[in-house]
Order: sequence, then structure tokens, then C-alpha cells
Amino acid sequence: MSTSAMTAADWLPVVFIGLMGLAVLVYAILDGYDLGVGILLPMRAQDEPQRDTMIASIGPFWDANETWLVLGVGLLLIAFPTAHSLVLTNLYIPTAIMLIGLILRGVSFDFRAKAAVDHKLAWDRTFKGGSLLVSLTQGYMLGQYVMGFDSSWPAQLFSILSAFGVTAAYAYIGGAWLIMKTEGELQERAIRWTRRAGRAAFVGVVAVSAVNPMVNPGVFDRWFDFPLVMFVLLVPIICFFAFIANEILLRRLPKVDDRHCWLPFINVLLVFLMCFTGLAFSFYPEIVPGELNIWQAAAAPESLMFVLVGALIVVPVILIYTIFSYRVFHGKATDLQYH
Amino acid sequence: MLDTLMLSRIQFAANVSFHILFPTLTIALGWFLLFFKVRYDKTGNPVWMRAYRFWVKVFALTFAMGVVSGITMSFQFGTNWPGFMEKVGNIAGPLLGYEVLTAFFLEATFLGIMLFGSKRVPSKVHTFSALMVALGTTFSAFWILSLNSWMQTPAGYEIRDGVVHATDWMKVIFNPSFPYRMIHMLLASGLTAAFFVAGLSAYRILKGDPKQAPRLALKTGLVLAAILAPLQVFVGDLHGLNTFEHQPQKVAAMEGIWETEQGAALRLFAIPDEQARTNHLEITIPKLASLILTHHADGEVPGLNEFGDDHPPVKPLFYGFRIMVGLGVLMLLVAWIGCYNLYRRDQLPGWLLKTTVAMTASGWLATLAGWYVTEVGRQPWLVTGILTTAEAATPVAPANVGLSLTLYLVVYVILLWAYFHTLRVMALKSVKVEEFETKEPNPEGSLTNLSDSKQQPTLESAHGGKA
Repeated sequence: MSTSAMTAADWLPVVFIGLMGLAVLVYAILDGYDLGVGILLPMRAQDEPQRDTMIASIGPFWDANETWLVLGVGLLLIAFPTAHSLVLTNLYIPTAIMLIGLILRGVSFDFRAKAAVDHKLAWDRTFKGGSLLVSLTQGYMLGQYVMGFDSSWPAQLFSILSAFGVTAAYAYIGGAWLIMKTEGELQERAIRWTRRAGRAAFVGVVAVSAVNPMVNPGVFDRWFDFPLVMFVLLVPIICFFAFIANEILLRRLPKVDDRHCWLPFINVLLVFLMCFTGLAFSFYPEIVPGELNIWQAAAAPESLMFVLVGALIVVPVILIYTIFSYRVFHGKATDLQYH
Repeated sequence: MLDTLMLSRIQFAANVSFHILFPTLTIALGWFLLFFKVRYDKTGNPVWMRAYRFWVKVFALTFAMGVVSGITMSFQFGTNWPGFMEKVGNIAGPLLGYEVLTAFFLEATFLGIMLFGSKRVPSKVHTFSALMVALGTTFSAFWILSLNSWMQTPAGYEIRDGVVHATDWMKVIFNPSFPYRMIHMLLASGLTAAFFVAGLSAYRILKGDPKQAPRLALKTGLVLAAILAPLQVFVGDLHGLNTFEHQPQKVAAMEGIWETEQGAALRLFAIPDEQARTNHLEITIPKLASLILTHHADGEVPGLNEFGDDHPPVKPLFYGFRIMVGLGVLMLLVAWIGCYNLYRRDQLPGWLLKTTVAMTASGWLATLAGWYVTEVGRQPWLVTGILTTAEAATPVAPANVGLSLTLYLVVYVILLWAYFHTLRVMALKSVKVEEFETKEPNPEGSLTNLSDSKQQPTLESAHGGKA
């Protein structure tokens, strides 16, 4: 790449990997909390009112949250078509299972509100099961991606570990969401759930962070390259302190007047942001680790330019009305009702 | 044993057939809801609001089915048709991208406000949300039909290094078959929703619902169908002429014409025989096919033999086309007879209510039949003249595709059953609900005996009066 003349073919893939990264991060956070709420759903008969409140708390948002997944995959498809085929043909079966999970939880959300009373519990189970299926397969796929689609048993073991790690992380952010959106007994339960999920997620994050540089020599060199190491080590350090701060905070919740009920969610956001930064830093500019970088996989510049113009106009509008929607549904979910 | 190509085709057909049911309904149902809400805002007649309440629930359920089955579609390109994105990704990618950006977020976000926000936002913002949702579903149709039409009649591109590149985006988006397919599909959606609304409302009335909301919805559905059905005949004819110009082999298969003919007859019925390359048991109307396609009684219609083996399979097109047109004629008759009865007696006789119930899903069947005609009619091409379906298929093992296909089919059968079962439960539930105002509400009178949200305009106007 000559320094004097950056052509569109040089910088467009960088812009698009940035956009795609943003979509994936926003997806992990937004659908993360609503998948988490699904995973945490308590299934005893007397829990029904709490299930109603929990599901109401994500009711206005889940459709739009899942759309970020379509945007993420869409951007992979638009900007890096070769990588899109390569990744998805390698992850054929887990993708199919994840899609079944997404279908089941998406529809049971609507069916439960309208079905005859005797079927409601069955749809709630489907909702929980579907949410678990989606989280586990997404974690498994992340593990496979990090391991370069290796099918050997250590790689499988690692992917299974990653599956549980991601599920714990979603439960973590889902629990924090519930602390913010609920009150009373349910909130107290949510605090306990969040603490447990937080510890499990911590183990998962540590395990992935330790294994990743060990199996990918490129990743190791990158992280421990002096003097950059002084700077990049901030990422795991901030992540670690966010976990600890949250643990201490959760012990003290709920406080008088429900003070700081939103703070656990902010802490988990920080954890997600740091994990994402760490992964992105490990692989950029590779899009299929060890096989393709973003310039090799990129679509034609004129196509990317055409989408970029639209994205620059539309994405801010999307963000504005998304924020508007969160403002409309600001506050506790207790009185949220389906009309 | 089926190979990966055939299994992938079956899987794609299953997924897209299941998926399209729901957007076909929601595209027009979104506008129905806006209409109900605006009528309520304008007249203050609570019956409109009750019709809105019932149908917004149906919309939410249908929309959810559309979203989840649509996510499946966005992954399918990569998992089962990698060759498609590698060859024409430069065209397909941006069009799909614009669909996500301009449509998906818009409809999903504002639907949340429509469903959960009626006590949290002013009535005007609620109406605005309904407008955004209706616009979103329509934008979505715009982009996906643009891409599909481009695959039928590609334009505005060049091939460099074996990969398609766009040269003129306006020509890509507004490719030759796009305007016709777009309007044809929007009208199909309108008819589907009209019969869905009319059918389910007729079901409620038959089950003894004395309220006015189902009667108002039935009337709205039938009047709309009576207007749209003849329009669809006209637009369908234009679309057919466009296909005749760009894909004559498709039209030849639809009409079952083997040898090029002047003054070709219209085959009302026949059994096409691809081995013998002829039809059995033909029932024909002389010269009518030529008259429709060329607007001359003796116009020339090219036969399938002109294209050698490079034409789509004949039977699915021939029968699919007849199913679509037959259903269309039936819809037109039912809508007109229904409107005549509404005009003369202000209600439908029992047999016509039952017929309307039987026609509830007629729009779905006609839409599916039409899409099978146009999609099978593109074969053996995936993108006409650029990429064959076989070239685009995945290298994944047939066993894997077989497994995913089985999973999808099981889930789809259960979901379709659950969908219809739930609609029935909702309809029956709404029959039993007692409401105050089964009588004609007094247009000038107060609305205070109505439940919450209906009071809102009164409150607002009261505030307005004080200010």
C-alpha cells in the first residue's frame, strides 16, 4: 500500500469492518440482554407473574435487537462476500441450529401472549430453550472461529467452553438488565442471578483469553509486542476491574430509593466492550483467521461506496429512533402491557 | 439419493415459501392498521379502535413469524448458495443491505411502540408509528423485489474477472421487470390481507359475535378486494407482456405452447408431456393466447421447441399459472358478490360468510402459485444468463443439508399449525368478550364509558378547549 495515494479499495474495507464490528458489538449487547432474560426465566408454576414481567421488559425491543444480527451478517455478506461463504459453509450445522433457536424463541414470545392458558407454560419453556440454544451455538461458533474452524477434539473442547462462556455472559447482561427494569422480589432474584452469572462469565473470559494467544501464535506476538503491550494490557485490566467492581456493587444492591440500579448494566457493558476490543485486536485485519484478510475478501469498491452513502444517511436515523424508543420505555417494566 | 443441489433447492424453496406467507400479509396489513387508526382519530368511532386492537395482535404474531423466518433467509445465501454471493455479491449485497437499513430497523422499532406504547406516547405518535411500520414493510418489499427482478432481468452491470460489477445503480434497481413485479406483488399483498381480514371477521360473525368491529373489518376487506382484484387483472396482464418480451420461454411454458404458432389458442386445461413434447386432453379457446400476449388475433407466440432444452420444466409453470389465475377470478367474484350484498342488505347471507371463511388463505395460495411460476420459470438460471443454479450450490455434504432441511420442515409444520390454532383461539376469545358498545355509538356523545385509551382524544380535546 503506497502511503501517498490511499485508494477507495484500501480504505473502504477498513470502514466496513468497522461498521460490521459495530453491528456485532451492538448485537451482542442488545440481543445479549434479551437472550439473557430468556436464559434466566424461572420455570416453577408460581413464577408465572415474574415471567410475565421479565418478558414484558424486553417486549418492545427484541425485534429490533435481532435486526442487528441481520445487519451484522448482512454487512459480512455485502462487504466481504468470500468470507461470508467461507465462514457459513464451515459453520453449517451450528448455524442451522442457531436459526431454529431464534425461530422458536421469537415466535414463542408472541404465541405465549395469545395462546390459550394451558399452552402458555409450553411456550415459556420454548422461549427459554430457544434462548439457550441460540446462546450456546453462538458461543460455539465464536470458539470455532477463534480456532480457525479446527475439528480436532481440543478445538471442540475449547468451542464447548466458549459456548458456556458466551451463555454465561448473556445471562450476566440479562440479569443486569432485569436489575435496572424490575423492582421488589424479582429484582432481588435478578441480583443473585447476576452475581452467579458474572462469576461464570469471568471464568469463561479468562479461559478464552488464555487459550487464544496460546493456539494462535500471531495473536500472541501481537499482544506481547513491546512497547505496545503497556497500552493494550489496559484492555484485560479494565475488564478485570469491571468484573470486580460489579461483584462489590451487587453485594450492596438493592439500595434505598433504588439508587444505582442501572450501574451493574453499565459495568457489564464495559466488560462486553473490552472483550470485543480484545477479540478485534487479536484478529484485525484478518477476517477469516489465517486465511483471508479484509482486503482479499472485500467486494468491489463501487458496491461498497453505494452502500456507504446510504449507511451514512440511514444509520444515524436508526440510532435516533432507537434512542427514542428506549426513552419511551424508560423506567421499570412492571406496568408494561401488551396491547 | 438426492444430491446437495436438489436438497439445497428444496430447502430454499421450503424456507422462502414459509417466509413469504408472512410478509405478504404484513405488507398490506400494516396499511390496514394505519387506516383503522386514522379512521378512529378522525371519527372518534370506537369500533375502528377495536378493529385496530384485534388486528394489531394478528399483525404482531405474523410479523414475528416473518422476522424469524427472514433471518434464516439471510444466512441461506452463505450456507447453501455461496456461488451466488461470490458471482453477483456486488449487486445482491447492496440491495439486501438497503433493505436492512431502510426497512428492518424501522418496522421492528416502531412496532414495539405500537404494541407496548399506547399508554406511553400521545395518540398522534402512535399513529405515526403505525405509518412508519407500514412504510417499513413496503420499503422491504421494494428492495427485495428489486433484487429478485434483477435476477430475472439483469441490467446495469458488466462482468470483470468473472465477477459481476455494477455500472449503473438506477438501471440495476429499476431493471426491466421490476416495476411490474413490484406492483403485481403489492396488489397481491393487498388482496391477501383483504381476504385474511374478511375471512377471519366472517368466522367471528359465524361464531355468533354480535359486535360491530368484525362487521366493519369484513366490509373494509371486501371493498378493498373488490377494488384491487380488477386492478390486479390489468397489472398481471402488463407483467405477463413484460415477461413475454424478456423471458419468452417462461411464457411458452406457462401457456403450454410447444411449436411456434400464429394465432395461438389459450389452453384452459391440458396435461403437458415433456417426453413427447406435446399436450394431452387440451381444452382450448382459439386465438386467445395470441390476442392476450401480442394484442393481435394472429400474433406469433414462440413455442418451447425454439429454445431446445434451455427452458424451464413445463408442468409446474402450466399448472401454477392456472391455479393463480383461477384463484384470482374466484377472489374477484366473491368480493363483488359480497359488496353487492353489503350494498343491498348491509350484511352477507350465511353461505357467503362461509365462502369468505373458506377464502381466508386464498391470497397466500395464489401468491405462492405465482412465485413458483416465476421462480421455476427462471430455471436453469439462478441469475438469467449469468449464473446457473447448479453453479451456485454449496460444497457442503448432502447429509448435512438433509439434516438441516428435516429440522426446518419439522419446525415449520409445527409453527404453521400453531399460527392457525392461535388465530382461531384469538377469534373465539374476541367473540366471548363482552363490550359496552355493541350498539351504534353516538357520534356526538361522550366516550367516557369506554376503556382507557379511547378516552385519550376526549381528554386531549378538553385540554385543547381550555388552552
